[in-house]
Amino acid sequence: MKQLSKKGYLSETARNIKPSGIRKFFDLANEMDDVISLGVGEPDFVTSWNVCEAAYAAMESGYTAYSANAGLLELRQAISKYLDSQFHVNYQADKEIIVTTGASQAIDIAFRALIDPGDEVLIAEPGFVAYAPIVQLAGGVPVPIETTAENEFKLTADQLEKRINEKTKIVLLCFPNNPTGATLEQEELKQLARVICRHDLLVLSDEIYAELSYDRPHYSIARLPEMRERTIIISGFSKAFAMTGWRLGYLAGPEQFLQAMLKIHQYTMMCAPTIAQHGALEALVNGREDVERMVASYRQRRNYFVKASNQIGLPCHRPGGAFYAFPSIRKTGLSSEQFAEQLLKEEKVAVVPGAVFGEGGEGHIRCSYAASMENLQIAIERIGRFVQKRIL
Amino acid sequence: MNEKEMEILGILEENARASISTIADMVELEEQEVSDIIKFLEDKNIILNYQAVINWDHTPVNNGVTAMIDVKVAPKREIGFDGVAERIYRFPEVKAVYLMSGAYDLSVQIEGKTMKEVAFFVSKKLSTLDSVLSTTTHFLLKKYKHDGVIFEPEQKDKRAVVSP
Repeated sequence: MKQLSKKGYLSETARNIKPSGIRKFFDLANEMDDVISLGVGEPDFVTSWNVCEAAYAAMESGYTAYSANAGLLELRQAISKYLDSQFHVNYQADKEIIVTTGASQAIDIAFRALIDPGDEVLIAEPGFVAYAPIVQLAGGVPVPIETTAENEFKLTADQLEKRINEKTKIVLLCFPNNPTGATLEQEELKQLARVICRHDLLVLSDEIYAELSYDRPHYSIARLPEMRERTIIISGFSKAFAMTGWRLGYLAGPEQFLQAMLKIHQYTMMCAPTIAQHGALEALVNGREDVERMVASYRQRRNYFVKASNQIGLPCHRPGGAFYAFPSIRKTGLSSEQFAEQLLKEEKVAVVPGAVFGEGGEGHIRCSYAASMENLQIAIERIGRFVQKRIL
Repeated sequence: MNEKEMEILGILEENARASISTIADMVELEEQEVSDIIKFLEDKNIILNYQAVINWDHTPVNNGVTAMIDVKVAPKREIGFDGVAERIYRFPEVKAVYLMSGAYDLSVQIEGKTMKEVAFFVSKKLSTLDSVLSTTTHFLLKKYKHDGVIFEPEQKDKRAVVSP
């Protein structure tokens, strides 16, 4: 067989994408036994039984074919109703909603439909690890905006305005935020909206954690005047309905944008998995009580964990949503990567170094409190012991 | 009942051993306030007892047999179903009594050392009660789930150790 020549076969784009910092840490943690993990970005609940049962029933009834490109109409209708009743935003099931293979794919097709080469996308950091690479894959330029602990990692209008230039096209917002748990209130969103409208920008609002808002109901930026027409909402079933492995998300936005995204979706994905869509329909129709039960449980664990973190010497703001605490580890003098690595080796507790979520995350660790109370208590004890030895 | 009381009941129903300080952190109250609420709930007979759920099958103890008995009764004018139920639940062998809708009236759960002992209780003590018209005894073979607790739970967390 002819050997491959030495020339580079990989595309420049692929070569330029940085591997995820989480991956490296995952390999390390995965080799060890008895690790208590606060490193997981997903619910500790399994999917509700009625949802699983609905998926079985769908298979039994032979719903194993493709669905419409945009997703089952019934599901889109249920999403439309759900968005209206929970978040007071209105989207038409037939033209303004696309069911996707996870929110990740929604982000992908949204950026691909909106970005021309060189367009800049503003991303609040610390933020989810996939945003910047997806922007790059679409030919755009990700521009981080650092949010700060002093401000509880909220994005402010000043910070936003400073990064806007003539190339800026889109602002990506993710609140409640992964990894900081930060939330934005109506008034804070209004300030951002003013800047966004003045500069005629679009907003991609990743609201995957919207249900997991603990102190006040989530407010979507699309509700503000003049914002609906320039906002695309991204959400999904993973977090609120404990359905991460089902890979089911959706886009909601104005028809002109969504129809372009649908073109890309139909060629690259065809449709989201049909069986999973039947499960998701059941989740929307009969899942309210389960969501509320899970939210109440996360809230209690948030309350416990954040207080305990502060008590053991890791200062932590009170996150309003998601299931992450993002305490500062500066006092230990370690980088976030050193801290996470040493903690894992010495105390067998896995957390994620803040730096993997962007430079603004350095000096912090992400602790997911989607773990049992028992494990949270053991973890706090171990982290406390670890920190005691290192406080300068 | 206020929201905090309901929340504390929820926590204790799931784990009766949750410490006062942990509960206080979870519901964001002072420890003293939590103690006061629990005392109040106990005094009101809202919290009746704190028990462990035990899978005796995993112990060397012979834990005997359990039977569920469907009991049809003719309620007496003076005492009604409650009176009949009381006559039944006073027996220490009786672990649970429920008033039911449907084909029979009372569901009675009995524990005994042997099937014979349970059968003896039914024929000598339960059936002979004035108001009892008939009984049907079902022996329990295996417990899968009790009070919301699965008896052979899968322990393993199926999530990856670290994920974005």
